[in-house]
Amino acid sequence: MLTLNAIHSYYGQIHALKGVSFTVEKGEIVTLIGSNGAGKTTTLNTISGLIKPRSGEILFEGQRIDNLAPHEIAKRGISQSPEGRKIFGRMTVRENLEMGAFNRKDQAGIRHDLAQILELFPRLRERFNQSGGTLSGGEQQMLAIGRALMSRPRILTLDEPSMGLAPILVAQIFKIICDINQQGTTILLIEQNAQMALSIATRGYVLETGQIVLQGPAKDLLASPQVRKAYLGG
Amino acid sequence: MKTELRTALRIGLLGGLVASHICLVGMLETFAKRNLIGDYLSMGYLLLLTLFLFVGYKATQVAQKAATGLLCAIIAGGITGASLSDLVFLTQNFQLREIFAHASPALVKLLTLGQSKSLGLLIPIVSGISWSLFGGFFALLPKLWRRVLLNTLLLTLLLGLLRDILNSLLPGDFGKTLFTSSGLTYIGAGSSLFCGGILIWAFLTYREQQKLKPETSESRNSPLQKLLFSLLILFLLTFPLWSKSFLSNVADSVGLYIIMGLGLNLVVGFAGMLDLGFVAFYAIGAYTMAVLTSPSGIFHFSFWQALPFSMLIAMSGGIILGLPILRMRGDYLAIATLGFGEIIRILVISDFLKPYLGGAQGITNIGKPEIAQFTFKNPEHFYYLILIGCLIAWFIASRLKKSRLGRAWMAIREDEDVAQAMGINRVTTKLTAFAIGALFGGLSGAIFASMVDSVVPKSFDLLISINVLALIIVGGIGSLPGVLVGAVVLVGLPELLREFQEYRLLVYGAVLVTMMLYRPEGLWPEVTLQHILHKTAQPEFPVRPLPTPEKK
Repeated sequence: MLTLNAIHSYYGQIHALKGVSFTVEKGEIVTLIGSNGAGKTTTLNTISGLIKPRSGEILFEGQRIDNLAPHEIAKRGISQSPEGRKIFGRMTVRENLEMGAFNRKDQAGIRHDLAQILELFPRLRERFNQSGGTLSGGEQQMLAIGRALMSRPRILTLDEPSMGLAPILVAQIFKIICDINQQGTTILLIEQNAQMALSIATRGYVLETGQIVLQGPAKDLLASPQVRKAYLGG
Repeated sequence: MKTELRTALRIGLLGGLVASHICLVGMLETFAKRNLIGDYLSMGYLLLLTLFLFVGYKATQVAQKAATGLLCAIIAGGITGASLSDLVFLTQNFQLREIFAHASPALVKLLTLGQSKSLGLLIPIVSGISWSLFGGFFALLPKLWRRVLLNTLLLTLLLGLLRDILNSLLPGDFGKTLFTSSGLTYIGAGSSLFCGGILIWAFLTYREQQKLKPETSESRNSPLQKLLFSLLILFLLTFPLWSKSFLSNVADSVGLYIIMGLGLNLVVGFAGMLDLGFVAFYAIGAYTMAVLTSPSGIFHFSFWQALPFSMLIAMSGGIILGLPILRMRGDYLAIATLGFGEIIRILVISDFLKPYLGGAQGITNIGKPEIAQFTFKNPEHFYYLILIGCLIAWFIASRLKKSRLGRAWMAIREDEDVAQAMGINRVTTKLTAFAIGALFGGLSGAIFASMVDSVVPKSFDLLISINVLALIIVGGIGSLPGVLVGAVVLVGLPELLREFQEYRLLVYGAVLVTMMLYRPEGLWPEVTLQHILHKTAQPEFPVRPLPTPEKK
């Protein structure tokens, strides 16, 4: 469904991605794990078009998307829940969610999805008319995911959904990610919390200083001594 | 107790500094020339009085117990008063005038109320203490009473300030009982305090009760609001008929600033792009109108033929400015737009374009709007044209705010990257903001050119950009009613208080600093912003039930 082929991306002079290649198949949860500065967020921003790769290609459903503007990529069905939430602070929860459906015209479908997302995140229903900036960290994360879902994406990319959240909330969020996947949305999950990410993913990739160093089914990675040593504390 | 006393000391010293400053720059003397109430309370005394009250209020507020609070107020007020006495003493005994031109016998007379040397020195201290004590009592009042009192006092002062407008409304004899030549009579002030107090008390209690009731569609359009709204419309429609020509002039410039403010608000308030060169579009609109209609030019268009061109060319200016700076954010954007504003001004004044734009002399004899046989000539006529312009601009802006495009602007303002990831086209969204904003600027400029009959480069300096930006911020950034309030406060009031021209920028600066410290969200803010800036909880809205998803 989504394929990255030898992608090289730069942040100014810094060579951030050094030939990253991976694929996400329809219906999977694929996770990209790695430590700080490994290039995880750069990978995501390259996929969504906010950073243009210097070389390599990105294919989405067989078509090249690496030369498209970010909003064009979003229209094709790649939706992003960004790192650090980045919700629209001065808009209400409702408006935030509606922004997610910016390019959709089917009012009935939007209402249906809105109701479903509020079902998924009951907290958001309670905060429905509050401005996003007044939500707690966990609520903001739910809102970011909900907003990304409102576009009814073909593939949902999540950038560190566990960042800065209490363990109990992390477990809750990951359960919801599984639910979303079971309802048919393909997921690309980027995480530092390798244990959690690998426990729900189908396959995983390990990113280190801009290169994929290890890949395989999530179960195998979880058992791999290399991963255990580097990310899971022995 | 110790910390409270220390705070009182600090407030008192700060108050003293401010009071001495007001005296030494000559504000007191100049302001004392205008009497607001009777022939005793002048604007000069009002300044000091407000300062004393504020000092007392602040000092009491920090204290825990009422008694300590009042003690603090006495100390703080005493210190503030004492620094004025000190000033009097220094002026009387040393040649202070060589350094401070305003430290004159006239100032001493004002501060000592004309009393003899030793008694005179006591007067500032005593009045400082007593007024601060009033300020202290004020701080101890329950909230409702505080608000009633404050609003009543403000209302009375406003009535005094707006004497020119109000007096022309009233029949001669009646006007004379209420108004003096510059402010209110004692009867006027008394009745304003009394009636205003009752009305404001009734209004505030009414609103408190309304708040408790669940919000329904009826309460939003209560008969009271309808009445006020109709009165407002009547006031606006008949304004030039009963007011003086000078006041129509003031209203015209307020209106032109409102149109510009609504335009810039789209760019700065909605889309979050700080534009410091907005005057460029105003200038483009004005010059287009001038070139197209002036008999010395080659086009000889009528006003109505030229108007769309003025707006369209200004809009193209907006797009041309927008294109190169699409990628810029924040500070860099502000500097680039600042440059654009200057480029336009320098182009207009240049020798290169002199044959077409008239250089420093500008263009005169600009076409006047005509409808059938009627020609718009004086400020009263233009008032209606500007009013219509304001209404159209308001209508467009308020529709845009709720539109899809408006949402896209706000998303861009909040976070450009995320907005793009939501599928918003950054290029077109930003360009439309610049384009429509510039269109409003062009409209305002075109009417301005026709109204004043001539355009000169001097009318389009940086100060206009700053004024428009400031009125948006003072009114409440992103808020439409805020633009109106901001324009009235920052453009209208200074025009009415012309006699204080030389202190205008000083007061302007002081108002801006105070606003940003105590009310950063503006006078009539957007609701969400107010809650975020003051970290208050938002009122719980009843959540409308949503349809539950159908089970598949």
